[in-house]
Amino acid sequence: MSVFWLVISGTLTGAVGPGISVLYAVYGELITERAGRINLGMEGCLLVGACFGFIATAETGSAGLGVLAALTAGGLLAAIHACLVINRDTSQIAAGLALTLFAGGVTAYAGRDYVDSIITGLNPIAIPGLAAIPVLGEALFRQDILAYVSYALGPILWFTLQYTRWGLSLRAVGESAAVAFAAGRNPALLQWTAIVLGGALAGIGGAQLSVGLTHTWSEGMTAGRGFIAVALVIFGLWSPLRGMLGALLFGGAVGLQLQLQALGAPVSPFLLDMLPYLLTLAVLAVWTGAASRAMPEGLKGILRTG
Amino acid sequence: MPSRLLRQLRVPILAVLTASLAVLALVLSACGGESPTATPAVDPPPTPPPQVAPAPLASPTAEQLGGGSPQRFLQVFEQGRAASAFRPTAEFAAAARPLPDGEKLKVGIIFSGSQRDLGWNQAAAAGADYVEQTLPGVEIIRAENIPETAEVQEVAEQMIRDGATIVIPTSFGYSGPIKAIIGKHPEVMFLHLGDLEIFENYGSFFANIWQLEYAAGRAAGTATETGKLGFIAAFPIPSSLLNINAFHLGAQSVNPDVETTVIMTNAWCDPGKQVTAVKTMTDAGVDVLTLQQDCTKTVIEAAERAGVWVTGFHYDASAAAPQQWITGATWNWGPVMAQVIHDIRSGVYQTSAKFAGIEAGWAKLAPFGSQVPENIRQLVLDTVQGLRDGRISPFTGPIYDQNNELRIPPGEVPTEAYLQGIDWLAQGIIGRTN
Repeated sequence: MSVFWLVISGTLTGAVGPGISVLYAVYGELITERAGRINLGMEGCLLVGACFGFIATAETGSAGLGVLAALTAGGLLAAIHACLVINRDTSQIAAGLALTLFAGGVTAYAGRDYVDSIITGLNPIAIPGLAAIPVLGEALFRQDILAYVSYALGPILWFTLQYTRWGLSLRAVGESAAVAFAAGRNPALLQWTAIVLGGALAGIGGAQLSVGLTHTWSEGMTAGRGFIAVALVIFGLWSPLRGMLGALLFGGAVGLQLQLQALGAPVSPFLLDMLPYLLTLAVLAVWTGAASRAMPEGLKGILRTG
Repeated sequence: MPSRLLRQLRVPILAVLTASLAVLALVLSACGGESPTATPAVDPPPTPPPQVAPAPLASPTAEQLGGGSPQRFLQVFEQGRAASAFRPTAEFAAAARPLPDGEKLKVGIIFSGSQRDLGWNQAAAAGADYVEQTLPGVEIIRAENIPETAEVQEVAEQMIRDGATIVIPTSFGYSGPIKAIIGKHPEVMFLHLGDLEIFENYGSFFANIWQLEYAAGRAAGTATETGKLGFIAAFPIPSSLLNINAFHLGAQSVNPDVETTVIMTNAWCDPGKQVTAVKTMTDAGVDVLTLQQDCTKTVIEAAERAGVWVTGFHYDASAAAPQQWITGATWNWGPVMAQVIHDIRSGVYQTSAKFAGIEAGWAKLAPFGSQVPENIRQLVLDTVQGLRDGRISPFTGPIYDQNNELRIPPGEVPTEAYLQGIDWLAQGIIGRTN
């Protein structure tokens, strides 16, 4: 393979490797934010998903049950957030960060006996035909089932938000809860649903990381990917499709920097390691104007300074 | 809700109750005395040297030393004492004082990751287990998953408050934060694994595990069909660069055209990145992998799934790759830790930075995988024997670096101190040092 194709395949490998778990968290955060709420506990939801998904898989031998456990764990953690911010009206920023710290402690404790467990987990399934496409097929269509689900979820989510009654109501609540209430919607219920669903999606993302990609549980293994997801939602201007692009770019940057190292590129690995974060920062800096227009009204009280 | 709250608060309430009762008892007992100010404080008598030496430590057997020689093992400690410029622990260390009856010597050990990571931390934890089993009257206090930040200082301080008189911070990055607090605790002995800079109450010891990386490299150089080897490292620190060089030179000694690709993950344990690095390597045609990561399971399992050979590091992780495991370079901390703690307790330890290798049994070869061909097994065993008796000297010049610069002149054998501070990669390695 020429250097060019190696770079492309390396980037794609990263995009659908570490990128998929971020993508789930992006979907989760996006639903939450479209309902006018923010959940900085996404990192925590990813983490409990990764941990309890792995534990359930190790205990039962079934990756399916593992994903179910991950989804439940993520959803339950998000439910705490929903209860705090909707019913108790606490600071969304503080509640989310506290949840992430809480999840860090709980998972380190619960998962400590599973660090050396060996699981069968989810394994790549090659899609006949598509997997044979050079470079692209190898990277995109030789993945685990959760990766394929994540490809489909973007368009489904976009359609749901754009064209279904539920999606419309959700967006209406995100723009103005009072107006939505006057129109006969139940803002609290819709926001509860959005936050819990968001957490459950992040939980699946966590399972993809532990049960799918790495077959490993390790304390703090999400390494800040939940926070990256929050930034990527803004990067994607609250659109699931652009959010997808963001997550793949982030993962791609991780893959690219590893590939450049393997090619012996004359760049410091420390600098390369900053690439994904620099990219996110750059986009945030460049797209501020657009971000401010696309932001759901309900978020402006929390996110905007001026 | 209130009852649930109460249930959650029960433990703190109990703790507060107990604490207040203790304080009350203390105050009452103080009041009960004749007159608290009547007797002037008397200087405590100078600490007597330990009267009763603790039960002597039986020297480890060659088997416990992974084939190393017990004589060489003890020699390292003799030489460390002879070379040390510091006082023996009998003169200052709290750990060298006789303990009241029934009390145990408390040793705090701090780990940066999980003690079951099939890697660095598990190897260190196995050392702690060995100490507990072989040294009577020693109690180990453990703390795992402690980051290499100011948090390790808090953990060490807490261990000292809990009575630890020896603290072993095991991770590379603990050295900075810990050295900042050793002055506050002149009677506590701190032991780091691998620091070159030492102080009276801050000693270090480290195994020359690179010798086994050289042996593993020979196996890898023989096993590869593509001529491409992969090394997944964490940071370009000298001890990693040394292992990468040793691995590559080993491979080169049996396969002159072999190429070793290095990827740094910039994290001691980020499984997501590790798997991606494995994929990147195998895509580039690498067919034998090795690593230096704190947690090793993810990479070794990923190699098994990808069907490429793998050699391990830190700890025997052969269970994670039943088909693809060749062998591995592992630590043998137990006897070393036990000997150092024993010496501190007996008052004869004098702080030094000790380095020893497979000849003294400080590191040992992991078992071979079931699929490893006989010729490779024999080659590795011969290499280990050669390294042990000094017939093989991997870093004897001429050795050129990546830029074809002569680093070690022909015939020259570098010192161990030079090797532990190495900052270049040998010819044939793809990767960067900064």
